[in-house]
Amino acid sequence: MVELRLPRNSEIGKGKTYPAPAGAKNVRTFRVYRWTPDDDRNPVVDSYEVDLDAIGPMVLDAIIHIKNDVDPTLTFRRSCREGICGSCAMNIDGENTLACLKPIKDIKGDVRIYPLPHMPIVKDLVSNLDGAYAQLRAINPWLQSDSAPPPDAERKQSIEERAKLDGMWECILCFCCTTSCPSYWWNGDKYLGPAVLLAAYRWIADSRDEHTGDRLDGLEDTFKLYACRTIMNCTQTCPKGLNPAKAIGRIKELQIERKA
Amino acid sequence: MTDSAPHIEVMRSQLSRARGLGAGGSGTAHWWAERVTAASLLPLSTWFIVQMFRLGGTDHAEVVKWGGKPVNATMLTALIITTFYHAQLGLQVIVDDYVHGKAHLPTRILVKLVTSLLGLLGVFAVIKLVAAGSRRS
Repeated sequence: MVELRLPRNSEIGKGKTYPAPAGAKNVRTFRVYRWTPDDDRNPVVDSYEVDLDAIGPMVLDAIIHIKNDVDPTLTFRRSCREGICGSCAMNIDGENTLACLKPIKDIKGDVRIYPLPHMPIVKDLVSNLDGAYAQLRAINPWLQSDSAPPPDAERKQSIEERAKLDGMWECILCFCCTTSCPSYWWNGDKYLGPAVLLAAYRWIADSRDEHTGDRLDGLEDTFKLYACRTIMNCTQTCPKGLNPAKAIGRIKELQIERKA
Repeated sequence: MTDSAPHIEVMRSQLSRARGLGAGGSGTAHWWAERVTAASLLPLSTWFIVQMFRLGGTDHAEVVKWGGKPVNATMLTALIITTFYHAQLGLQVIVDDYVHGKAHLPTRILVKLVTSLLGLLGVFAVIKLVAAGSRRS
């Protein structure tokens, strides 16, 4: 049935406070979710007071500073620091986004940092995305074509056909959208979620792909596709400015079109 | 609800979990019917509200006479069927979202049963109204 409260071992307690260095003038508090599988303790929120004059402008700069100079046990993923790898996706100031693209000055008051919501936690800000990755693989996110490609050239696509992929190829699979979706929270074992449905439509819309019908067959399901309730958190939260809700709407249109 | 977190199951592969039982092969009809009934309810409800204002204050005999007219009886029946069909579709969505595990199927059946019975009740009330109207005229 409906779960109205967190399981007892998920209730968040108060953690440690790490004060700013003496003489710091531009201090901001970062309140960061901490949990480790190494002991049986509940998660806590640690407070780190950071001198903003000593670091770069983004939230990622702050947590890298915390890990390097204050508390090396803080665990998070990051790689490219320019919004193209999707590793540093986390919930910052109540919204899923990439820490590397989120300016600290855009946040009022304390900076609250949590892992992506409603996913199993590996440690601290690292959530387990194995299920979402498997869902991506389940929609066959690659070109499926029975015609042989030209022997000495790429498969041709007109400029108009190629333009249909704009707004979809840019997805970096950070899963900010999927983990912001209440439908995915309640039925993430069956509902594919916005990121995977965007990827599915990217291949449905690809003029070179010859398995469009099979792809639509695979989505014709009460949960896999239709658990989408058009809440549109996905589109609102996407750090790349993409529109998964629109892609899902297009898939539904095509399902109607082939039945009507 | 399952005891474990949805994505942590050690022995079965994640891909096997993600593929699950495969696509159920339905969903579009339900989704489309939700939209069609919602759109139909706009004119039907508007008609009903206008009629109720027109009938306000009139006596029982007048209302029975109104209900006995074929156009009014047809519109009333259409309104009742559409309303309860729409309610059934909408409640099923809520059940799918929030009721998990063994309770899911029984709750789904209960929703179908209750909305169907209420709809039938409404339809029979219209039939009774029409019968009474034709007896008087």
